[in-house]
Amino acid sequence: MAGRKWGGTLLWRGVASITVFLVFWEIGSLSKVWLKWETFAWLKEMLVSIGWTKNYLPWIGAVPAPTEVLLAWGKVIDDVGYWHSWYMSCLRVLGGFIAAMVIGIPFGLLLAVNRTAFGIGFPVFEVLRPIPPLAWVPASIIFWPTQELSIAFVTFLGAFYTIVINVIGGARSIDTRYFQAAQSMGSSSWDIFRRIILPGTLPSIVVGSAVGMGITWEVVVAAEMISGGGSQIGGTSGGGLGFFIWNSYVGGSYEQIVVGMISIGIAGFISSELLRTLGHRVTPWLRLR
Amino acid sequence: MNEGKVVKPKIEAGEIVVENVDKFYGDHHFRKEVVKDCSFKIERAKLTVMIGPSGCGKSTLIRLLAGFEKPSAGVITIDGKPIDGPGRERLVLFQETALFPWMTTYDNILYGPRARGELTKETLELAEFLLSKVGLKEFRKKYPTQLSGGMQRRAELARAMINNPRIMILDEPFRGLDAMTKELMWEYYSALYEENRRTNFFVTTDIDEAIFLADRLLIMSNIPTQVRAVLEVDIPRPRKLTDIVENDRANEIKMQALSILHEEAMKSFSRGSKAAADFVEAYSKRSAKA
Ligand SMILES: Nc1ncnc2c1ncn2[C@@H]1O[C@H](COP(=O)(O)OP(=O)(O)O)[C@@H](O)[C@H]1O
Ligand SMILES: [Mg+2]
Repeated sequence: MAGRKWGGTLLWRGVASITVFLVFWEIGSLSKVWLKWETFAWLKEMLVSIGWTKNYLPWIGAVPAPTEVLLAWGKVIDDVGYWHSWYMSCLRVLGGFIAAMVIGIPFGLLLAVNRTAFGIGFPVFEVLRPIPPLAWVPASIIFWPTQELSIAFVTFLGAFYTIVINVIGGARSIDTRYFQAAQSMGSSSWDIFRRIILPGTLPSIVVGSAVGMGITWEVVVAAEMISGGGSQIGGTSGGGLGFFIWNSYVGGSYEQIVVGMISIGIAGFISSELLRTLGHRVTPWLRLR
Repeated sequence: MNEGKVVKPKIEAGEIVVENVDKFYGDHHFRKEVVKDCSFKIERAKLTVMIGPSGCGKSTLIRLLAGFEKPSAGVITIDGKPIDGPGRERLVLFQETALFPWMTTYDNILYGPRARGELTKETLELAEFLLSKVGLKEFRKKYPTQLSGGMQRRAELARAMINNPRIMILDEPFRGLDAMTKELMWEYYSALYEENRRTNFFVTTDIDEAIFLADRLLIMSNIPTQVRAVLEVDIPRPRKLTDIVENDRANEIKMQALSILHEEAMKSFSRGSKAAADFVEAYSKRSAKA
């Protein structure tokens, strides 16, 4: 139930922590300037003594400064290609995720309530599940007619397993008391399914979806990098945020790499917030302890 | 809105007869006898209370009556027909709440009628009536987790009553509630019972609860359980909470019941039961005070 109370001290702390983070990042990145100064000769000596001879701080010194990143962002913000990358990635995530829900929830419920279906379906599922979605990339490029479909398929797999496992677990953990109570009040099997199993599994569906959504973003970015981005609209960076990053790397624009990374961070945050809000809406009984 | 009006469903009180019932668990190598040659009757339109030491097999008997399990031997009949599986003419309230957490109080109460497609105007009126009877009118839109323990039990009573079962079976429903809430629950529950006199079967380990509620009191032996004695609790209704301490007849029945339970405890005490030791100690203190 955390993260519900935006505002007040929580908001203030969030702003403060991000500001501090940015300031440190800026100072660290600018080390290529200030490490040369007389004042920091001691630090330079210390670094040399541990074998670091470059004239900027290790790791952080090589990262573009926030101000530089912001400047690069300003350049792409009115670029159609950048927004098309957003659009493509969101579309793929949404497509794969919705497909995973539409197929995964009924599939999981079927395995949970039907012994025969479980006996047939679960072993296959368990054999396929340990295969990481990204291992499917080459195969799915061969199977599916278009690159777009193969990316969507890999994205779908990312969320599918998590959702199914959560649905099965959730439905199985519904207390037998509820079934006995429903039965003794004259419920039919359909009624029990609709009014006991479905709402009883809903919290697990919400959790599964949230986790699945996270995996979906991981997978889509990687899939876009591997497959070369799919469609190419709006110049060099039209194939999704993953491809945007890859393209920036190839083009040597390190600021743009960071722009792409932060964009994905923002996209992931927005989608998990949306899901959380939606999850709260469909399970009102959980937030009222 | 229905405050004054009494909505009465047509009551068909049922009767359960338990005849020579055995219940064993495990196989013949390691057999646990929980119920042995047990016979009793749950009389029509009466509130029968069963009292017995913890672990004597009361809940096991309830599962047999509910039809969730089958007896190893003997028969249980309801209105002459042998019980075969759960049925909606017998509603069971268990020790733990079984309110559906994802439904509001109101939706919980209407669960049964909706399930059977009997959501008529009369049913809705009955729901209103029961809501006010159990003091939950203001809490109709709340979810079970927002209700106190006592409110949850009351909501469950209402949810059971609306189905107008021929027999209500309750397994230590007020266990775990604090003393004050418990007494409040006795009042709610006995008022509901007096309202429409359906057949009730109530299991408890609390002698005060038993005396306050019962028309008939079944006193059970230790495991494997049997009926040790049947006492008629002929105290007029409606009863007051003070009756349990002040009414002479109530005290008489109480001492009688306690001494039978004491005898039972002594038997298992001599067999080395720890629970029985506690009871014997508590009983000795109580009789010294009386
Ligand atoms: N399914 C079972 N298998 C084996 N033993 C059981 C089973 N159910 C109950 N028992 C035993 O029966 C005894 C009585 O249990 P129970 O009916 O719950 O007692 P009570 O409700 O009177 O406290 C206990 O000792 C318990 O271990
Ligand atoms: Mg019990």
